[in-house]
Amino acid sequence: MARYLLTRAWQSAVTLLLSTIVVFVGVRALPGDPALALAGEDRSPEALAAIRQHYGLDQPLPVQFAQYVERMAQGDFGVSIRTGTPVSSMLTTALPVTVELSVLAILIAAALGVGAGVLAAVRRGRPAEWLANGLALIGLSVPHFWLGLLAILYLSVATGLFPASGFVPILEDPVDNLHHIVLPAVILGTGLAAIIMRQTRSAMLDSLSSDYVRTAKAKGLRPRAVITRHALRNSLIVVVTVVGLQLGGLISGAVVTEQIFGLPGFGKMTIDAVFQRDYPVIQAVVLLTAAAYIVINLLVDLLYSVIDPRIRVTGEPA
Amino acid sequence: MTVLTVPMAETGTVSVTRRARVLRRLRRNPLAVVSFVVLLLAGVIALLSPWLAPYSVDQTDFARTFAPPGTAGHLLGTDDLGRDVLSRIMLGARASLQVGLLAVATSLVIGVPLGLAAGYFRAWDAVISRFTDLLLAFPFLIMAVGLAAIRGASLGNAAVAIGIAQIPGVIRVVRSDTLRLKSLDFVAAAVVDGASDLWVLARHILPNATSVILVQATVAIPAAILGEAVLSFLGLGIQPPAPSLGTMLATAQQFAARAPWAAVLPGVVIMGLALAFNVFGDALRDALDPKGDRR
Repeated sequence: MARYLLTRAWQSAVTLLLSTIVVFVGVRALPGDPALALAGEDRSPEALAAIRQHYGLDQPLPVQFAQYVERMAQGDFGVSIRTGTPVSSMLTTALPVTVELSVLAILIAAALGVGAGVLAAVRRGRPAEWLANGLALIGLSVPHFWLGLLAILYLSVATGLFPASGFVPILEDPVDNLHHIVLPAVILGTGLAAIIMRQTRSAMLDSLSSDYVRTAKAKGLRPRAVITRHALRNSLIVVVTVVGLQLGGLISGAVVTEQIFGLPGFGKMTIDAVFQRDYPVIQAVVLLTAAAYIVINLLVDLLYSVIDPRIRVTGEPA
Repeated sequence: MTVLTVPMAETGTVSVTRRARVLRRLRRNPLAVVSFVVLLLAGVIALLSPWLAPYSVDQTDFARTFAPPGTAGHLLGTDDLGRDVLSRIMLGARASLQVGLLAVATSLVIGVPLGLAAGYFRAWDAVISRFTDLLLAFPFLIMAVGLAAIRGASLGNAAVAIGIAQIPGVIRVVRSDTLRLKSLDFVAAAVVDGASDLWVLARHILPNATSVILVQATVAIPAAILGEAVLSFLGLGIQPPAPSLGTMLATAQQFAARAPWAAVLPGVVIMGLALAFNVFGDALRDALDPKGDRR
């Protein structure tokens, strides 16, 4: 177990280092002089020289990289060209919105996906299965930003049930906060739900035809108890697996959803930064996403070994 | 010698009957037939759209902006500049398919050799796994954001960003199939026979891995189509005035109160394309499943 943890942590560290190098190189591949980009309005030679010195742009590349890593580790992502505020303080206001949206979306997806997946497996070959399968296929195929668009058009603008855009911090007014975020979370969650449903169904079909379920049935356990106590146990693994594998999709989805619903999160910040060529913000966003992805996946893998003891032995998800 | 030729002849017949069985299963599955016909039709329309489209995609008509669907001369209406929506949807679907194919081609060209190498050569596995982890750490939208910042937003860059993001999936399925095939007797026989690694990979493993690659491609194309729509919607993909279903939706969002239908049609087309690919991909996977009609 300890060996497995060490290997995984080491692998994550290597990936994190590589992704930092990729971003570092990428920033240097940007068109134009980075000092010019960082300078914004004030482009006097003195200002440029000061920036070059502050960011070590006059140093050799390995030294620059070391300084770069040091600054990033301290949370110094530079100053937004557009607003002049430090990128780190922009992140502290934007991140909670995205985290809340994503967590809510995962919860909705898990509830919908596991429910429909179990139903489809248990009602094998009946209308309920066809309905669940069909909905899952549509969930995989529908562009979610379009669903969001339609939801705003027909649920928010037409009926006024939900606010069309905007956000209220959860600490300010929890009820109003939920009112603003529930529709985006449902939209973001449906795609994930479709994937969880298909995996749950497949895992349930496997376990329902397995020997231990047959034994449980044979000893006279009620069908409901067989399903919940024996067959369903694996679906927790399924949800964790899907969330781990789909994390990239979830992050991408959150960016789009925020853009449509005008939520002032990480995603909206990203898109705004691209159009304003706000390179310090873009750099911070790309680097932080990679770091978050790596860390969360490490946690997911560790969570596996807690949920499923078999993984500790083989070192690979069963 | 006879002992040698007999099994070879048998493998030949087995592969022929296997292909026939897969085709028969596909033909008997109504969903497979319907989705295949839809895809064929979409492909033909996309190929011929420059000639089929009733109007030029850039032809504006400021006297007739926001004409609703059913207007004489404009079956699906016109947009904010009076351009014909049907023509733009046809050309937009063509762009969607282009990006889908280009992205998947990118991911296969890079992913298949890496997957083969990772599965076949133990020493390469760890290095390629780190590479896969690295790619996964940059979700496709973040990759597209980075590419757009460095190289500008375009159809090609959108396809590359989506294609790169799909490489890990290709590596994973090809690697695991290579591991499986490598342990089979006919590969061991070829190795004993003195075949080089490259020969074994090209002649024995790759041909047998085509079915998993095919299934992977049929699920990757709809994902790429959805990805293109998202990127173009955000302004990171195909640039106006070039027609794209994603940019059509972005424009429709601005004018949703005046022309709600404009926000519906392009989305339906994107969903239809993706759904047809996904349904066909499911059917193909079931048909290729040697365990038969279990699911």
